[in-house]
Amino acid sequence: MSPRSDEDGAAKKAKPAKVAASDPLRPDDYIGSPDPVDARPARTAKGSAAASSEAPVAAKLGPVGWVRFVWRQLTSMRTALVLLLLLALAAVPGSLVPQNSADPNGVIQYQQQNPELYKVLDALQVFDTYTSFWFSAIYLLLFVSLIGCIIPRTVHHLKALRAKPPTTPARLSRLPGHLVSSTGADAETAIAEATRVLKRQGYRVERYDRRGRVTVSAERGYLRETGNLIFHTGLLAILVLVATGGGFIYTGEKLLVQGQSFTNALAGYDTFSPGRFFDEAQLSPYSLRLDDFDDEYSVDKLTGQSHPEDYTAKVSTRTLGGEWEKHDIKVNSPLSIGGTQVYLLGNGYAPELTVRDADGNIVFQDAVPFRSQNSNLTGLGVLKIPDGLKEQAGFIGYFYPTPAESADGLFTSVYPGTSSSSLISLQMYTGDLGLDTGEAVNAYNLDIDDLTQVAGADSATKSLQLRVGEKVDLPDGLGSLEFTGIKRYVGISIHHDPTQGFVLLLAVLAIVGLLVSLFIPRRRLWVAATSADGGGAALEFAALARGDDPRLDDAVLAVERELAKRLRASAPAPASPSE
Amino acid sequence: MDSDSLATLSLVAVYSAIAVYVLAFIAFVLDLSARSARGLKLDAERERDAAASGDVDARRGQLAGASAAARGAVAGATATAAGVLERASSIGGASTGSNGAGSTATVDDEVNIGSRWQRTGLALTVIAWLIHVAAIVMRGLAAGRVPWANMFEFAMTGTGVIVTVFLIVQFWRDLRFLGAYVTGIVALLLGLATVNFYVAVTPLPPPLQSAWLVIHVFVATLGTGFFAVGAGLSILQLMQVRREAGGMQRVPLLRTLPSSEALESMAYRVIVVGFAFWTFTLIAGAIWAERAWGRYWGWDTKEVWTFVIWVVFAGYIHARATKGWRGSRAAYLAVIGFTAVLFNFTIVNLFFKGLHSYSGLDLDTGM
Repeated sequence: MSPRSDEDGAAKKAKPAKVAASDPLRPDDYIGSPDPVDARPARTAKGSAAASSEAPVAAKLGPVGWVRFVWRQLTSMRTALVLLLLLALAAVPGSLVPQNSADPNGVIQYQQQNPELYKVLDALQVFDTYTSFWFSAIYLLLFVSLIGCIIPRTVHHLKALRAKPPTTPARLSRLPGHLVSSTGADAETAIAEATRVLKRQGYRVERYDRRGRVTVSAERGYLRETGNLIFHTGLLAILVLVATGGGFIYTGEKLLVQGQSFTNALAGYDTFSPGRFFDEAQLSPYSLRLDDFDDEYSVDKLTGQSHPEDYTAKVSTRTLGGEWEKHDIKVNSPLSIGGTQVYLLGNGYAPELTVRDADGNIVFQDAVPFRSQNSNLTGLGVLKIPDGLKEQAGFIGYFYPTPAESADGLFTSVYPGTSSSSLISLQMYTGDLGLDTGEAVNAYNLDIDDLTQVAGADSATKSLQLRVGEKVDLPDGLGSLEFTGIKRYVGISIHHDPTQGFVLLLAVLAIVGLLVSLFIPRRRLWVAATSADGGGAALEFAALARGDDPRLDDAVLAVERELAKRLRASAPAPASPSE
Repeated sequence: MDSDSLATLSLVAVYSAIAVYVLAFIAFVLDLSARSARGLKLDAERERDAAASGDVDARRGQLAGASAAARGAVAGATATAAGVLERASSIGGASTGSNGAGSTATVDDEVNIGSRWQRTGLALTVIAWLIHVAAIVMRGLAAGRVPWANMFEFAMTGTGVIVTVFLIVQFWRDLRFLGAYVTGIVALLLGLATVNFYVAVTPLPPPLQSAWLVIHVFVATLGTGFFAVGAGLSILQLMQVRREAGGMQRVPLLRTLPSSEALESMAYRVIVVGFAFWTFTLIAGAIWAERAWGRYWGWDTKEVWTFVIWVVFAGYIHARATKGWRGSRAAYLAVIGFTAVLFNFTIVNLFFKGLHSYSGLDLDTGM
């Protein structure tokens, strides 16, 4: 794979065979390489039925021959290009269908809505597009192809870096950028001066003099190939790093209510995804406590919509044996601690609820996070009381920071801030909560299949609705529920990725290489001088682009002008006694 | 002036700019139809010349001087390309003296110097662009931040950058024949965005409060601008290829445009610049994603499409160096790439669920 743009059409046609032969090793379908007159069996066998006459040749390939055949196919430009386009195409489904990695709930929803299609797509790993066998196959083949291109070209380039510019072609007039002029200076002086001019312009120069024709051959822009190789090697290194370094990454989430502490240990996380090489000892022990959460909103005067302006989680942290330190975490400024980065992901409210039994004994008292469902922070919460009441009881319902009742009696939140009117509306269920089986149960989900509603739309008692400071009796004389206050919660995400610094470094290297390879022209330039009969010399200029070079002609002109200027300046006053 | 009246003024300026862009578009279209007439005339002349001198190429050779003709022929240029490739022919001019250069200019006069309509179109485009830039600046002042934080603002700034790139490119090459394409697209996009996506000035939501908003998004619009111009050239290239193969006879204006090879060469140079910007967008986006979301790459829908576009244009660059792909196939890739850019901006923003939900259209969930 070689993203060097090729020689100019001009260069291609005018290029003498000698120059072509010294080009870097490239796939044979690279434009600028000689036509595959000596087409290998490989190429023709791949073609149409018309190539059948070549089949016996292909059949003679031994095992080594086949390896070579496959390798050459894989490293051809055409294959690399097709793989590249396939990669683009293969990435698309992942944006059309929810992905397990980014949106697991979306996948479940998809499964419920399109159960038949889901089965097909799931079998094809479309829900894990970017780790699917087909996506992986494409990029692995692409990178094999890339390696097959980088290695020979690196070897060749290292040689080219030490090589002299090539011999001056005999007939410069066949080359593009050909220019003829004359000078009063003699041939030797002119070429010596030309050599200096070219050197100053960054060319590597070499003199070739033969039979009265004095010439200098110059080449510049070796950085172009260097940049190209750096870019591709950089891409390769990033892939290798991501593939192997991914094993050392771990990420986890935690929902933290105001006043609560989180300890960086496996048990401290709500969810945790370790890399392959994760070891629990890797977790550096530290504590993080949410002290307060500030948010600011502005309200659009026309629409009444609120827009968030700032979220700040005020936290205290403590590393092993240290003191508590205060920090702020914002959306765009994570906290660095203990080799991890702590990100602020979400926020919402955690109403403080107290449940008492029929006798007034407290069976539950805590802040319950109601997970935010929309931008006005309507929260969905679950409270489970497995012990203490006559029956196991479960509550599920909404918290409305600033409630507004619609005509049909449903509430919505119209502003994310709280006040004394903030409202909780809960449905209550009794029955077996399923907590005693020992199976893991999602704390934020209430499975109502085996429960009986005792308060809510489907039962005799209406939903339990409370404002701050209010208390209601539970149905069936089970006890009471009190809404005593409101705390904030935040969702934090904790990441440890030791590779990302290197990935960034490689990415920056790659982009620098890319810029160099796209914008630094590589060109050869020749100046030849032949002594003219009546003194002075005839000068000939020519240049050859190696890769895309829109300013080739300008470069020749610039050399010609500079040389003429210098020769004029250094020439002795024209002694012309004959005139 | 307070923020609200600045925003209102900005909106008025946007509508005015759209109106002037439409006028510029009309002027450019009139120019194209004038070119059609000239193209037919040129055709007739060529036939006469061909009858007289046997070969059009021979005539061109006489006109532009031997060396320039060789360059022109190599570039596959038609007579008109000589004007566009003035740099290419400058060597011819230098080596053969003023005579050759003068003759080249004659060819230009004949076909390539724009009609009055073309000059009018460009002047109107400059006026519209000035109003457009004023609108962008006022929007930024009204908001007290960079004016590309929601879909309307991104469309406003993005189209502004497309026109800026188009105008700047004129200093490099005469691409005024793309005027109808550029003003057409810009008037359409800007109009649709203003009518459908306009939102009042709002403060930056916390996820966007980052210096990367300035860099990442602006570089993305720059890349878009170059891709837009490049795709325009590639479309013309594809049409020109068909004409050169004997098709498209009903579009005589193509006769007055550069050859397909000249168009391809220009498209390539423009797209390569866009590609460099796009690569930077990708990396800057990854750095920002790491800051804001805790991972530098997560195959979010927008990330997927940015990646797809990058790969398509990488394919374009490779295609230009691959036998059998250089030319039309590469040009198709350029057009597909720019289509994906537009798709990424419109459909993906509006209908795809993802983390980049900053359209400001109340489709997005909170933080």
